[in-house]
Amino acid sequence: MTTTIDPTARRVPPLGGFNLTVLRIELTRMLRNRRTIVFTFVFPAALFLAIGSSAGTQERVGHGNVAAYIMVSMALYGAALTAAAGGAMVATERAMGWSRQLRLTPLHPAVYISMKALIALILGAVAILVVNVVGLVQNKASMPTTVWVECAVLTLVCTMVFAALGVFVGYLVPGENAMQILGPGLALLSFLGNVFIPLDSGSTLWDIAAWTPMFGVAEVSRAPLTGELPWYAVVNAVAWLAVFVAGAAWRMSKDTARV
Amino acid sequence: MDLLSVPDDRATAGAPASPSTAAAIRLRGVTKDFGAVHAVRGIDLTVVPGEIVAFLGPNGAGKTTTLDVLLGLSHATTGTAEVLGLQPRQAIARGLVAAVMQTGGLLKDLTVRETVTYMASLFADTQPIDAVLEHAGISDLANRKVGKCSGGEQQRLRFAIALLSDPALLLLDEPTTGMDVEGRRAFWAAIRADAERGRTVLFATHYLEEADQYADRIVLMRKGRIVADGTGSQIRALAAGRTVRATLEGADPDALSRIDGVESVEVRGDTVLVHAKDTDPVARYLLNETSAHDLEITARGIEQAFLALTGDHGDDDTTATLEGEPR
Repeated sequence: MTTTIDPTARRVPPLGGFNLTVLRIELTRMLRNRRTIVFTFVFPAALFLAIGSSAGTQERVGHGNVAAYIMVSMALYGAALTAAAGGAMVATERAMGWSRQLRLTPLHPAVYISMKALIALILGAVAILVVNVVGLVQNKASMPTTVWVECAVLTLVCTMVFAALGVFVGYLVPGENAMQILGPGLALLSFLGNVFIPLDSGSTLWDIAAWTPMFGVAEVSRAPLTGELPWYAVVNAVAWLAVFVAGAAWRMSKDTARV
Repeated sequence: MDLLSVPDDRATAGAPASPSTAAAIRLRGVTKDFGAVHAVRGIDLTVVPGEIVAFLGPNGAGKTTTLDVLLGLSHATTGTAEVLGLQPRQAIARGLVAAVMQTGGLLKDLTVRETVTYMASLFADTQPIDAVLEHAGISDLANRKVGKCSGGEQQRLRFAIALLSDPALLLLDEPTTGMDVEGRRAFWAAIRADAERGRTVLFATHYLEEADQYADRIVLMRKGRIVADGTGSQIRALAAGRTVRATLEGADPDALSRIDGVESVEVRGDTVLVHAKDTDPVARYLLNETSAHDLEITARGIEQAFLALTGDHGDDDTTATLEGEPR
């Protein structure tokens, strides 16, 4: 560090600062976090074992059985929780002044959020994998292998909705409180979304539930298994994704005024 | 009264004008409003490469807002800001500008090495990580979690991050808060060495003394305006003014004003008050040439002068006069 500083010799990094080093450090960091481990690995699997072990799990549903139906639902819940927690980390990092520090680097804000969303999806995939492995070991769930894979992939795609929700709530609620809203909130949405217990089709509760964010993605995730995909479920899933992405983008643009 | 200011063309006076030596900082008519609050009310400032500039002023003077504009964190309401001939964001993207804040900006659950590696991965060119850790004296902390580091160690980490890209402009907010005298001296020696390589340093501070000791130039802000801009000795001269008070019937204000170094003359009945940079000629005149008696000379303290410049007079247009020697 003895040469003269030459401002004209400097370059801009490619891809707005996107790089694998950050992804690696962020992943290591998430996996070191005890709360993430509980959300991602332990909780959904335990819930699946608790609900999926009850009577009647061998009854047929579409191309598989009830145990498979519950397994897909629990994988979605686990992935949603994990992805939302990952997205909400944006809030904690803002409170700690980390976002401001990052604004003093070439990292583009949109790239920062994209990397966060990617981490959330990777962790969501881990959550899905864990529930599926537990289901495989338990050996109660039954469906064709292709359906199994299709359900897992669709669940991961649906996880994006909750990564966006996490970022949105993260920007909306200061600091550590985001997860205190997202945790119970997602549990409630899962009840309404037919994820924990089946709601009676045509009931008033069902009519309300059909409008909530977890309802659509749950139907979509299970579509390969059930063999049916109602149009309103797709509309629901796409609409909520749009709402959460727009919300996150709106809060982010407000944020740049004073990081 | 004359506003103490340095003409804008000092960029060309200090360094030969060529494309590679654009001004490190060039602010032209910068204002910044937050709703009805006018945080910055029109600033013109040019800083040449390699200069160490102290940004002095009370809280709410607009220092932080001005730094934010320079860092591209907020946009000027009117006027333009250029850093090394580029828009602030463009300069940031090239790793040309870095800033060290007093608090925050670190993730507690990352290790020191992870933090530096993370930051380094965002720039196109950086110093080797081990060298940066070594230079900042935190090699032995590399595997410690940031949350377990002391305040001083975290501050060293912030400096390590700021110096990763070998920035041409370094902005510091109260850099030596919490440092002991020895640490402060070592810190400024390092800053000075880097300035000789062409790095420009602008630091915000509350301490006139530190500004005077370590900066090439002091810029005083008050209520969103620059109220004084000059070398330490010019500012010190401003602070070193004295007041002569004497009892004298029928004083001649004009004759007193003509004495070298006199800034102002006040006559209150039989009492005459003369403010001057150098009061000896005033005293000599009063005792030798007039019937003045009960002579009293009081020094205007540094703090007093600083307050006079930066304090609230309820008059936004108050400016300071400085008849300092040419730079």
